[in-house]
Amino acid sequence: MKAGTLRQILLITDGCSNHGEEPSAMAELAREQGITINVIGVMENDVIDEKGLKEIEKIAGSGGGVSQVVYSQQLSQTVQMVTQKAMTQTIQGVINRELQQILGDSKTMEDLPPDKRGEVMEVVDELGETSKLEVLILVDTSASMKHKLPTVKDSLLDLSLSMNARMGDSRFSVFVFPGKRNDVEKLLDWTPNLEALTATFPKLSTGGLTPTGPAIREALTHFNKKRSLRGLLSHDDEQYFEESM
Amino acid sequence: MMMNNTLRNQCKLLPGSLVTGKWNKNQYKIIKELGCGANGIVYLVESGNRHYALKLSDNGTSIISEMNILKSFSKVQGSTLGPSFLEADDFMKTGKQLPFYVMEYIHGHDFLRFIDKKGSSWIGVLMLQLLTSLSALHSNGWVFGDLKPENLIVTSPAYKVRCVDVGGTTLIGRSVKEFTEFFDRGYWGLGSRKADPQYDLFAVAMIIINSAYSGRFQKKGEGYKQLNDLIKQKKELHPYRKMLDKALRGQYDSAIQMREDLVTVLSKQNHSRKKGPNQTATGQQQTVQPSTRQARRSQNQSKKKSGGFFETFLLVAIISMLYVLYIYEQLL
Ligand SMILES: Nc1ncnc2c1ncn2[C@@H]1O[C@H](COP(=O)(O)OP(=O)(O)OP(=O)(O)O)[C@@H](O)[C@H]1O
Ligand SMILES: [Mg+2]
Repeated sequence: MKAGTLRQILLITDGCSNHGEEPSAMAELAREQGITINVIGVMENDVIDEKGLKEIEKIAGSGGGVSQVVYSQQLSQTVQMVTQKAMTQTIQGVINRELQQILGDSKTMEDLPPDKRGEVMEVVDELGETSKLEVLILVDTSASMKHKLPTVKDSLLDLSLSMNARMGDSRFSVFVFPGKRNDVEKLLDWTPNLEALTATFPKLSTGGLTPTGPAIREALTHFNKKRSLRGLLSHDDEQYFEESM
Repeated sequence: MMMNNTLRNQCKLLPGSLVTGKWNKNQYKIIKELGCGANGIVYLVESGNRHYALKLSDNGTSIISEMNILKSFSKVQGSTLGPSFLEADDFMKTGKQLPFYVMEYIHGHDFLRFIDKKGSSWIGVLMLQLLTSLSALHSNGWVFGDLKPENLIVTSPAYKVRCVDVGGTTLIGRSVKEFTEFFDRGYWGLGSRKADPQYDLFAVAMIIINSAYSGRFQKKGEGYKQLNDLIKQKKELHPYRKMLDKALRGQYDSAIQMREDLVTVLSKQNHSRKKGPNQTATGQQQTVQPSTRQARRSQNQSKKKSGGFFETFLLVAIISMLYVLYIYEQLL
């Protein structure tokens, strides 16, 4: 057992999927593989309807992550908040499981006196600062998102600024859906630096369909490939965090 | 980011109500709400005829990290920057456990209100004080992080500047996780969010700029140029120009260095006219949402207290195990 890599998908969308697999089923699949899904619903002048809202919550619920609906002006702070909150949540989940094993069933951090909780929290904070982090960003580029994309780009640059200030390594990759030919298209492969987005992002063409489910499924394989490669080199422990949620 | 509504409702307490700790059984009577932010509500409370500030939250994690920071502050000798820590406990409210902590109540006006009332000639003096306190904090290995006028309280009768809200306080070398965009050098494209003394000094410069304007600005294009233009547009900022520029660019090695330059500016200014309360600014600015970005917090270095419980032993064991594993990973 060791502090492995925290893996997340960050889905940025403004409404409902209308094509392919059920997104929350795909989110469940992600969770099974130890990948957390966070969802941010972006509004501008429009409001996300009841159905879209439900879907957003459901995906994050199934994906063991955090969801939040915001106006695009607040996107930067929300992206950072959601990412960090989900990291803490995952780490806490692991630590709570450890506590339960040692202290007996149904004991969690909340059952400890505040002083002891403080000590556990130090470990959670330490791990949050030092763990490796991989975030696959999945951006909805259906037509209604078009004029929100510049803000999305800024918020992603801001996210890399925050995450790269940590002691642990962070890596990002960016996918958009729908893609030109497929449901999903890769914009940027794993990199610690999102600067390259500045060139590609404004040129994106927007499409009509919103294949959220297929996009999540595709995104997962992007993690998988990498993991099986590394699996040859490292212990099972590597999946310490991934299995925890 | 504003606290969500359920949190607000859950933590809402009326004046006169009593908060009793689940563990320590101490009782606090709510006098009034002092303020609320992303992580909870702060109340003025009374206990044993003394006043305290009590922060109540439904978010166990961030409030516990904050408590850790406050505790380790109390151990930093001679630090008068933040409030001192009293105790932490849980409040059971209709079956739900709400964590809270109690700290020193810092009585006074927030920085901008104070400047409004007493005039801008106080800005320099108060910033001198702040830089002295920051210097002590930095030499203890910490960076304040979320420096902004709302988190500065000027006490009276002796005017002293103090800071509340240590949520952004970070060990040097780690990432600042709670900050407010306008005062954050990363937002303006002028540096990273890794905690170093220069991070705070940038915010001090922004506080001075902010106090010459009545609102805040959003970044448009190149941050450094925009800030420079803002400084140029305000006559009262001209004497500080060189110092502000150095702070914005992270060119001060320490708070003391910046303080020395400020002393020089202020002693030259002695003969120039005293400025009245600040004027309203040009039409250019927009008010930006002022509240702190909420996120996970930094940790503290405080030493563990020894206790005789079995639980303590287990916890220490778990914690050491996690550390060992962590180190083990680093070796691979
Ligand atoms: N010790 C104290 N003494 C007096 N006033 C205090 C104290 N602590 C907090 N306050 C008041 O309560 C307000 C909110 O507290 P605080 O900033 O800690 O909350 P927060 O949830 O962290 O808010 P933010 O969104 O700014 O991070 C402060 O701006 C200040 O006015
Ligand atoms: Mg605050």
